Amino acid sequence: MKPKPFDYVRAETLDEALDALARHGADARILAGGQSQVAMLNFRLIETEVLIDITRIEALDYIRIENGALEIGAATRQSDLKDWPGLAEKVPMLHAALPFIGHVQTRNRGTVCGSIAHSDPSSELPLCLAVLEGEVVLRSKRAERTLKAADFQLEMLTTARAPDEMITAVRFPLGDASAGHAFDEMNRRRGDFAIVSLAAVARQDSVRLGVGGVAGTPKVRNWSELRTGDIDEALNAFAWELGGHDDIHGTARYRRELVRRLGRQVIEEARSCRR
Amino acid sequence: MLSASARFTDDMPLRAGTLHAAVLRSPHAHAEIVSIDTTAAEAREGVVAVLTGADVKDVTTPFLIVVKEPMDQWCLAVDRVRFTGEAVAVVVAQDRYIAEDAVDDIAVVYKPLPAVISPLDAAKDGAPLVHEAVGRNVVSVREFTYGDPDRAFAEADHHVDLTIDYPRNSQTPLEGYVVVADYNRQDGVYDILSNFQGPFTVHPVMARALCVPGSRLRMRTAPFSGGGFGVKQAIFPYVVMCAVAARKVGRPVKWVEDRLEHLTAAIAAPNRVVRVEAAATKDGRVTALRYDQLDDYGAYLRPPMPGPLYRQHGVMTGPYDIPNMAITNRLVMTNKTPSGMVRGFGGPQSFYALERVMHRVAEVAGLDRLEVIRKNLVPADAFPYRACGGALLDSGNYQKAVDIAVGKGKLAALMKRRDAARKEGRLYGIGMAAVSDPAQSNMGYLSTIQTAEERKKSGHKGGNISFATVNMEPLGAISVTADSIPQGQGHATVLAQIVADQLGVPPDRITVNTEHDTHKDPWSIATGNYSCRFSSATAVACHKAAVEIRAKLARIAAQRLNVKAADIDFADGMVFARNNPGNALKLHRVAGVAHWQPGELPEGMEPGMRATGVWAPPELEPPNDQDQINTSLTYGFVFDFCGVEIDRDTGQVRIDKYVTMHDSGTILNPLLKDGQTYGAFAWGVGCALMEEFVYGPKGEFLSGTFADYLPPTIHEVPEPELYHLETPTTLTPLGAKGGAEGNVMSTPVCLANAVCDALGLENINLPMTPAKISALIHGEEPARPDTSTDKAGAGADRSRALTGQGSHTVPAAPEQVWAALIDADRLAAVIPGCHELELVGENEYRALVTLGVGPVSGRFKARVKLSDMKPPDAVTLSGDLAGPLGASSGSGRVRLTGVAGGTRVDYDYEVEITGRVAAIGGRMLDGAAGVVINQFFRRLTKRIHGADKTGDAGQLPFWRRLARKLGFGG
Repeated sequence: MKPKPFDYVRAETLDEALDALARHGADARILAGGQSQVAMLNFRLIETEVLIDITRIEALDYIRIENGALEIGAATRQSDLKDWPGLAEKVPMLHAALPFIGHVQTRNRGTVCGSIAHSDPSSELPLCLAVLEGEVVLRSKRAERTLKAADFQLEMLTTARAPDEMITAVRFPLGDASAGHAFDEMNRRRGDFAIVSLAAVARQDSVRLGVGGVAGTPKVRNWSELRTGDIDEALNAFAWELGGHDDIHGTARYRRELVRRLGRQVIEEARSCRR
Repeated sequence: MLSASARFTDDMPLRAGTLHAAVLRSPHAHAEIVSIDTTAAEAREGVVAVLTGADVKDVTTPFLIVVKEPMDQWCLAVDRVRFTGEAVAVVVAQDRYIAEDAVDDIAVVYKPLPAVISPLDAAKDGAPLVHEAVGRNVVSVREFTYGDPDRAFAEADHHVDLTIDYPRNSQTPLEGYVVVADYNRQDGVYDILSNFQGPFTVHPVMARALCVPGSRLRMRTAPFSGGGFGVKQAIFPYVVMCAVAARKVGRPVKWVEDRLEHLTAAIAAPNRVVRVEAAATKDGRVTALRYDQLDDYGAYLRPPMPGPLYRQHGVMTGPYDIPNMAITNRLVMTNKTPSGMVRGFGGPQSFYALERVMHRVAEVAGLDRLEVIRKNLVPADAFPYRACGGALLDSGNYQKAVDIAVGKGKLAALMKRRDAARKEGRLYGIGMAAVSDPAQSNMGYLSTIQTAEERKKSGHKGGNISFATVNMEPLGAISVTADSIPQGQGHATVLAQIVADQLGVPPDRITVNTEHDTHKDPWSIATGNYSCRFSSATAVACHKAAVEIRAKLARIAAQRLNVKAADIDFADGMVFARNNPGNALKLHRVAGVAHWQPGELPEGMEPGMRATGVWAPPELEPPNDQDQINTSLTYGFVFDFCGVEIDRDTGQVRIDKYVTMHDSGTILNPLLKDGQTYGAFAWGVGCALMEEFVYGPKGEFLSGTFADYLPPTIHEVPEPELYHLETPTTLTPLGAKGGAEGNVMSTPVCLANAVCDALGLENINLPMTPAKISALIHGEEPARPDTSTDKAGAGADRSRALTGQGSHTVPAAPEQVWAALIDADRLAAVIPGCHELELVGENEYRALVTLGVGPVSGRFKARVKLSDMKPPDAVTLSGDLAGPLGASSGSGRVRLTGVAGGTRVDYDYEVEITGRVAAIGGRMLDGAAGVVINQFFRRLTKRIHGADKTGDAGQLPFWRRLARKLGFGG
């Protein structure tokens, strides 16, 4: 289980990273935390000519509040976000979701933006980004652009990032104080890829529910008004629309079952913590 | 170990010039090897040699097997592959990186053949044959009758009948296989350093394959092992492979197995389909058992297989007094990884059947389950007890053990807890299991597979010989070597204790070296680490050696202290007269006499101070003419009970409480014994709830990583409550029985009994996954609402073959779409990532394509065929792909219908994906197949739409918009 040969570039600054990307384009890949990518390189599922390590770019290692959003730089580890003191208050969904991501060891290496860039269908952070309608900041030598989650996440492992672009930051809108948030997922062992993951935001009457693990990208549904008595019916319709798929951990039906049953739990939990 | 100073096989120094090997493996479960082209691999810089089946066929012979059938297995596949992951070629290169690069350079053309995966299918007439020369897949059938089971069943009040389908699993050690092979031309000796764990019955198998006498196959082990669990036995084909490679290149060759290789191709405990029946009286006394066992050994019968089918044979009645039994043993071959030794070695399968049926007996008879267990246990005054199958249960007090467990473990409180939970509508169940825990296998048990006549001809086999050597140096230092090949259990600690007890010194004064070298250390065919062989075997040999040394020292001391040898005692480094401790000598002085003053030794005593203990218990007799066999030397006893709760929403099983009671005879070291119990329990939990090697219907292997093969972690394994009773065996001087396997046999079925109790099920198969339990408790699914127009979800009840369908509207007339599909150049533009496309026959193409999802992509050789053409309405596209990531075959029917605004293209497809990508990426395969097929139709749309200005890369936002406009992918 050894990767094919590649060159390793350690970028000390963002400009160095962007220069390297401009030079190598699709032949290069960014190394941010490597918790999925290095294993995939070793399995030879992916190959690259150049690996550009951005983890030492200090300017990208930050968590800050700006323009009503929590912005997280590309070199910021998941564990740093998890331990960020204001998280529960500022973005309660992330506070709820982060403990579900992998294990302590993988969170210590894995980055927030790396997970968003990898766009695994079962990952927690892409689901949070989708359900909170966050944004991704993409930079290349040419330009900077900002994409909404829905425009960024195309299909499984596939995003709108151009080959010479890298994510420099992601932005999660600050939670509105009156809303309730809940996150849950089902997996067979703690830290495993979720069979189904769910994130709910409840406001006065409305509910926004995101579901990961049942399609190529997180799927989000809004109900402007969802009465308690209608939840089961609404979730059943959503579950059937998502369809689900079979793998060795669960059938499509099991995934729909989880959408119906855990969906109800997270909606109720989110509603219970509305203020 | 904890200070990171342990040296494993991979850490051992290498001779200068050592080369590194990587193995090319079959992506197919069953295929003919049409050709292997190694030219490109051999030409790669740093590659020294590439070996294939043809090379090994020249210099080796097929491995010996237990059943006399033409089922040749070589260390590399010859002409045909029979399981996914079978070794096809080995590259030897300067380093592992280059070797793996070169593996990808080897071009193999396979002709896939029908594979047979399920043992029940394989046993049917007309099933595809795993070994054509044999003419059938069931390669051994034996029927056994003990007592009068037919009569017992005829007279029974209750007849319970269950069929169990026990899955494939393995206790996956952290360290995979490691082999360093060297060949010394001067003396013709193959010198092998590896983590082979025995049994050394396999040594002659390897030597014979290499066409050398055993003395020219030197097997050595490293000081530490990263875990064995029986699994390291099946390293032997790789030992031969590396030996052949080393001889060919004239330099040492090292191979380290990686996790994907291990999970895919190393070993599995045999899966087993068992029909088990019990005859019982009204009051719950079981009078007879009937087993019909179909044990699945995968593609090859590697020695010492079919061990798991016979290792329990004498004790198939477990800890119970059941006088009548019928057994049918059938051994079946399938296109899966060969089965082998895994902790428990047939016990988990056997006791799952027995303890499920005992549970059912209680239910059917309307009796308390504990009462049924108690009623049938061998009575405490019946020992030594000869089970009807031949096991000699020498000692025990099972009733007392059960009483202690039930009392201290508070079964009554657990019952109340269950009642309270049920009152609240929760799903709560209690399970129990009682098993015999056998130790030290009879080397003759496998001959039970032969008839008594056949055994007479081939000679009776039995016994189990072990060796240990104690040595005292001239200045009194004490060292020990032994033949137990430890895998991390702490044998060295126990051996030191045993010797320390005899010689009156602290254990830390004794140096134990458990490395083994067949050129220098005593060994027998029984040597090795398996079937709880240590505490009743090597430990006893060590005790005998220490006793011999003690006796020798006592005689020397007696002469000098003017007392009788019988009055000599040992303590605190002194040898003294027991009733006059002042009359004493220092231990090292006494030992020194044997080295410095041989002339002054007592009459008849040999000089030197070294003794090798040899232990061969006489109770391990060959099977008798009635096919009774005492399969193991000692039989411990385990009784478990547990409470589980099942989450109604997710179907997940939570272990609320687990109590396990062990009688392993005398416990030699309590800490080590408990460590064994915790480890066995953890794997038992894994087998019950999580672990399974999963194959698709065509033999595609789907659990090649620890994300898909799921050993439990510390989060999933609660701490069990442990209780002990010590009833020493009378058969060894130490009194210890085995204690390392119990819970791998008792825990899976104990948990299954609890789940059956919680859900009111008659039976359940392992692993009890949340999805499986959810399907059991959730009944019919809520209907799909009429408003849902999405076609997704149609995959609900299909098997694991990837199927799908879709519909796109293309803004062009059907004739234009048709033209794009059947024209070679246009097709080349439509097939995603197509580099080259050539017409090789009528409507048949060969192409080089790069396919994938997101960053995951690989180059494949593709064949595409158009058939069943109905221009311009319908066509079938079929074909296959092959590349380093794996292989795929499939077909799709495309239908074109003219609609307003263009053509509606409807398609459905069925794809099989096998090889590396299936083993690693199982959870994404379904989605990925859909993505690649969507790519095809996007390109088709793009092509026809004339919007083809640039390549795909970097243009996804545009196609995203287009896709949305066309109403898909959004």
